[in-house]
Amino acid sequence: MTRLPVAKTYKLFVGGAFPRSESGRSYEIEGANVALGSRKDVRDAVRAAREAFPSWAGLTAYNRGQVLYRVAEIMEGRRAQFEELVGDQAEVDAAIDAWVWYAGWADKLAQVLGTSNPVAGPYFNFTIPEPTGVAGIVAPEEPPLLGLVERLAPALIGGNAVVVLASERRPLAAITLAEALATSDVPGGAVNIITGRKSELCAVLAGHMDVNALDLAGVVGDSTELERLAADNVKRVVRNGGGHSPWHAAAFLELKTVWHPIGV
Amino acid sequence: MTEIDKKQDRSPVPSVFEYSPAPESRDVVTLEDRYGLFIGGEFVEPRSGEFHPSVSPSSEEELAEVSYGGAEDVDAAVGAARTAFENGWSSWPAGERAKIIYRIARILQERAREFAVLESLDGGKPIRESRDVDLPLAAAHFFYYAGWADKLEYAFPNRTPRPLGVAAQIIPWNFPMLMLAWKVAPALAAGNTVVLKPAETTPLTALLFADVLRQAEVPPGVVNIVTGDGRAGSELVKHPDVDKVAFTGSTEVGKEIQRAVAGTTKKLTLELGGKAANVIFDDAPLDQAVEGIVNGIYFNQGHVCCAGSRLLVQESIYEQTIQKLKRRMSNLRVGDPLDKNTDIGAINSKAQLERIQELVRSGEEEGADVFQPECRLPEKGWWFAPTVFTSVAQSYRIAQEEIFGPVLSVLTFRTPDEAIEKANNTPYGLAAGVWTEKGSRILWMAQRLRAGVVWANTYNRFDPTSPFGGYKESGFGREGGLHGLEAYVRFE
Repeated sequence: MTRLPVAKTYKLFVGGAFPRSESGRSYEIEGANVALGSRKDVRDAVRAAREAFPSWAGLTAYNRGQVLYRVAEIMEGRRAQFEELVGDQAEVDAAIDAWVWYAGWADKLAQVLGTSNPVAGPYFNFTIPEPTGVAGIVAPEEPPLLGLVERLAPALIGGNAVVVLASERRPLAAITLAEALATSDVPGGAVNIITGRKSELCAVLAGHMDVNALDLAGVVGDSTELERLAADNVKRVVRNGGGHSPWHAAAFLELKTVWHPIGV
Repeated sequence: MTEIDKKQDRSPVPSVFEYSPAPESRDVVTLEDRYGLFIGGEFVEPRSGEFHPSVSPSSEEELAEVSYGGAEDVDAAVGAARTAFENGWSSWPAGERAKIIYRIARILQERAREFAVLESLDGGKPIRESRDVDLPLAAAHFFYYAGWADKLEYAFPNRTPRPLGVAAQIIPWNFPMLMLAWKVAPALAAGNTVVLKPAETTPLTALLFADVLRQAEVPPGVVNIVTGDGRAGSELVKHPDVDKVAFTGSTEVGKEIQRAVAGTTKKLTLELGGKAANVIFDDAPLDQAVEGIVNGIYFNQGHVCCAGSRLLVQESIYEQTIQKLKRRMSNLRVGDPLDKNTDIGAINSKAQLERIQELVRSGEEEGADVFQPECRLPEKGWWFAPTVFTSVAQSYRIAQEEIFGPVLSVLTFRTPDEAIEKANNTPYGLAAGVWTEKGSRILWMAQRLRAGVVWANTYNRFDPTSPFGGYKESGFGREGGLHGLEAYVRFE
């Protein structure tokens, strides 16, 4: 008898672990049973992100860059698996290269986005970017891997903790990416990935009072109601972002200005 | 009647130093009896037909009647702004655009006293502040952004900035001219046209600004001014031909505006409320810190979104800090905004006074100890004595809600970690202060305070080159500096 392959169970990625949905639900997609995340799963993911935020944001920029560079290394080693899932070699190339590119931005964002301000008085004054906190990202439906990486990497590189609602039709690449993240020294909870129905989960993320920014990239249909929910705690709403650029990272950053008198 | 109300009604108590009155002359200001709306370069009758008096909060005198714009008026103003944008302004040579904004700056400097006096008359703030802070800074903002108009490509390397179109700008009553400058200067520099909605209670300096636009020969329709109340603001935000909404005001209204623009492509920036912590460590230079505390909360009657309204004092220096603070408070002079010796002017409106009174009552009811120096409050007008609450718990409303008045809530802490925990324990994140002689601790605190502006060993400093704006529910986007330009451009 030939050997039977061992099939993978695709689960959520929350707080660095791979739990099933607390609801016990799943849905069949891409030939697998994928966790059908619940509203509570989203809330748990936000809590995990909030807990992880200080440790991820508190890393030095150099260190954060190395951690994300390692994501590219790990993906390169598993590229056959990614290629099989997305069916497009070029997409995998681009996704890996995107991590390398954004990893390099970690210790440059403050130099490009920050300023020293020549105020008209005896004060030293500077402005630096800081992460906004917990970012909610609705990942694009397609392309399944690159679409997610191009939204996740810029939010992550600036020090935000992230909750992702994965592509509903093609979630397997997202969960496989989570396996790369989990083995790349990304602190548990810095990235959380929920699979399931966007129609059920987007509103939970948009209305959550402990989410600071909301990326609408993957919202299917009209986003007006989600944007209205986002106003409940004045979320930073990212529609198009800035493409493949540091400006996209800036959409998830605050600017802090510090003053101090100069004198003897 | 509460304890405080009684105290305020007391007969005048002589202070240590008697000052003779030193009023600034109001002759420098000439007001019309009645103002229309400034649309397309001229004052026009409001289609709404509605006029209301603008009242001086220090005397309850009706200064002039101003129009309350309605939907049709807003539509006319947006139309004028659109026409001006399409018919030339957006394609003006950038260098010429710069020069016309420089002209505005210069004219404001030349007419600074006139504006300062009117600002104090209409809004109630001390002339010392309108003269030395509001007007110089307003002119400086125009001067700073004028210089950006022909240098935009250097502000946004690797991107191609373009103006957005028509900017709807809604400004508050606490710094009417300064907020006008913060909004209008970067909008014009980037090549946009503007519909400005001044605050209901302080429309007069904006209407006088129309005369500056005339003198500077700003083309008709580039800046339009629609006075009125929240209805005009709401119509403006909803107008389909507006490309950009910039709002400074309360978090509550900010959220309504964010909801109103949901689902549109309007670019939005919000500068909202605050409940800033001013943190005093035991090694702080205490006399300087006390000046900073006073400036932090009593500047502009506490009508400041970044006011240092929560004082966090390290336990070991609590007694002496409060003692010095109370002594300093008893030297604050409350009264005629036009008097050059006045430290604290009038509360901007009756409604605001009632809100302050209501929150102060809640502080007493929740169990905090209240202190107000004996001070003489004028009989007419709206006034509130400088107030400090001690024995305040974090859960009290006076420790959580923005009072927007001369009311300070004092809390204590033992360790730097506790200071951070308490300072950040608010939905707001606009500003914070730190007082300590230890440099490494300043930077440690500055890193952890979740606020857009951190003043270390100083407070309430502003500059056109220095970005200002909040974290969390204090809004998003920055005003001032290079970053302030981004709110008024799109990228190709």
